[in-house]
Amino acid sequence: MSEPVRITYREAVKQAIREALQGDPRVFLMGEDVGRYGGCFAVSKGLLAEFGEQRIRDTPLSESAFVGAGIGAALGGLRPIVEVMTVNFSLLALDQIVNNAATLCHMSGGQFPVPLVIRMATGAGRQLAAQHSHSLEAWYAHVPGLRVVEPATIDDARGMLRAALACPDPVIVFEPISLYNMEGDLTAAASEVKLAGARVHRTGKDVTLVSYGASLWRCTAAADELATAGIEAEIIDLRSLRPLDDATILESVRRTRRAVVVDEGWRSGSLAAEIVTRIVEQAFYDLDAPVARVCTEEVPIPYPKHLEDAALPAAPRIVTAVKGLVGHGQ
Amino acid sequence: MSDLPAGLTRERGLDLLRGMLRIRQFEEHCAELYGAGHIRGFLHLCDGEEAIAVGVMQALGPDDAVVSTYREHGHALARGIAMGPLMAELYGKRSGCSGGRGGSMHVFDAATRFYGGNAIVGGGLPLAVGLALAEQLRGTRNLAACFFGEGAVAEGEFHESMNLAALWNLPVLFLCENNLYAMGTALTRSESQTDIQAKAAGYKVRAAAVDGMDVFAVESAVRDAVEITRGGGGPALLELRTYRFRAHSMFDAQLYRDKAEVEAWRERGPIIRLTTRLKAAGLMTEDDFQRLLREADAEVQAAVEFATAAEWEPVAELARHVCAEAAS
Repeated sequence: MSEPVRITYREAVKQAIREALQGDPRVFLMGEDVGRYGGCFAVSKGLLAEFGEQRIRDTPLSESAFVGAGIGAALGGLRPIVEVMTVNFSLLALDQIVNNAATLCHMSGGQFPVPLVIRMATGAGRQLAAQHSHSLEAWYAHVPGLRVVEPATIDDARGMLRAALACPDPVIVFEPISLYNMEGDLTAAASEVKLAGARVHRTGKDVTLVSYGASLWRCTAAADELATAGIEAEIIDLRSLRPLDDATILESVRRTRRAVVVDEGWRSGSLAAEIVTRIVEQAFYDLDAPVARVCTEEVPIPYPKHLEDAALPAAPRIVTAVKGLVGHGQ
Repeated sequence: MSDLPAGLTRERGLDLLRGMLRIRQFEEHCAELYGAGHIRGFLHLCDGEEAIAVGVMQALGPDDAVVSTYREHGHALARGIAMGPLMAELYGKRSGCSGGRGGSMHVFDAATRFYGGNAIVGGGLPLAVGLALAEQLRGTRNLAACFFGEGAVAEGEFHESMNLAALWNLPVLFLCENNLYAMGTALTRSESQTDIQAKAAGYKVRAAAVDGMDVFAVESAVRDAVEITRGGGGPALLELRTYRFRAHSMFDAQLYRDKAEVEAWRERGPIIRLTTRLKAAGLMTEDDFQRLLREADAEVQAAVEFATAAEWEPVAELARHVCAEAAS
């Protein structure tokens, strides 16, 4: 690829949707306010004018019906992209996602795969309070039959949607609300981006930070801070939350011998809990310290900024957790 | 009894009766096989409702999509799923029509576009809306036919789906099998408006109530609805009024209804009704009826033998079909 292009995360997602619509007549986008309004987070702004209302479909506020219709349309030979405004709202479609999208291929003995992409915004950081800010990725990552991904970078924001559309299984793509305005360089060709697999985001030798989504950038801030204290943190961007890429996590942890899992979900029953368990199950004797977790405090996300910030797994908490493991600051 | 359709031939009359008897005899055997432990899990029988399955399928084309419920053996047989693979599915064998993974409540068949067998009440309606959307966007004349019980009308998915189908003018046939009881809850105990077809007006959906015990009435109503829907006239709701003679499932003591009520409905049953009419019109004899019954029993017996002889899926294949096999 030639010179990197600097764009926002939002623009990267939009480019991916546009390229999918241009490249495959079976692809269409539907969801609440994706058309005339331009998308709740302005991701699809302009696409209605470009592709028309057959392919950019505004839906009623009927999450269960339009997510289910996406499943039906996928069964019927199309490649729908269904947008759900936030993960909180997706709970109104949980029946369709868990009882239909995740089960039909299996219950039909493989006759009816569901090649559906569901995009939804996730996470806190915009003072949207306790019904628009949660991180419920772990709920979906619990379910066999679903694939769950969360792009954290500009390249992944564009490339993973393309990979999701090429997948014959239902894929849930989480887009962190706090990253839509993030700018970065588009470097990889979209066709080079894989759906599965974790990625070493930054190399280091003293500790492994395992994270995903918006927390990836909390980890990079923490790693910068740790570097000033002489601690080299390696950062793993999970990218795919189901399936999890154990091999990449374990290869790193066996080298650094210490791990901190950073997760915007609540700690109890979290993805962080699953990852720590896998590390302990498979690399216990390689560890020099207990595996630590930095998660969101167990409160519904509060509205005031200082309380929202305090609830989230911010960089200072990550730094403290790492220093506790490597024995610095004692 | 002279209320048969004009010009009905003996052959046609016997065909319809044969279709209903196949379902009735299949399910009679299913009940016995359940008692004997060959069929497990939940088993929901549809006897009393055979005229709907057979009547509806006369009016659908082979390329239409069908979405059904957990009480779907009749729909499946009438749609053309072979009895052997259907019985093997109830046994849980790998040669079942869903590979044995679904069982009685989850019958699937790609060849006949039969999309289940959905055991979440109301859960199939959004699927049918999406299947219809696919047909509309692909520019075909196919439609999606969606069975559900009157219990599903209390679910939000019914209302969301009716609205969406009408809003987008989608080719969906909403086929409500109103057998008056959602498991053990009578319609009058669950709906403020018990005239189900009347709900369609709120969504500008065409609707009609149909005698679901009369195979000709069902076929005729569905044909009329299909013609308009296939021509781009949008969705329709048919309320097919029926009754199930047996319990909800095999675990139901039927404390919620009187035996006298069941008996009264049995006298109006779809099979006895067609049989009486065909005989009265001189189109069929008792010998004909007994022959059809024997043929149906023989087909069921062959299906049981097929299912009995079929292999179990090896445990080593437990994790198959969680994801599509084409997936990386």
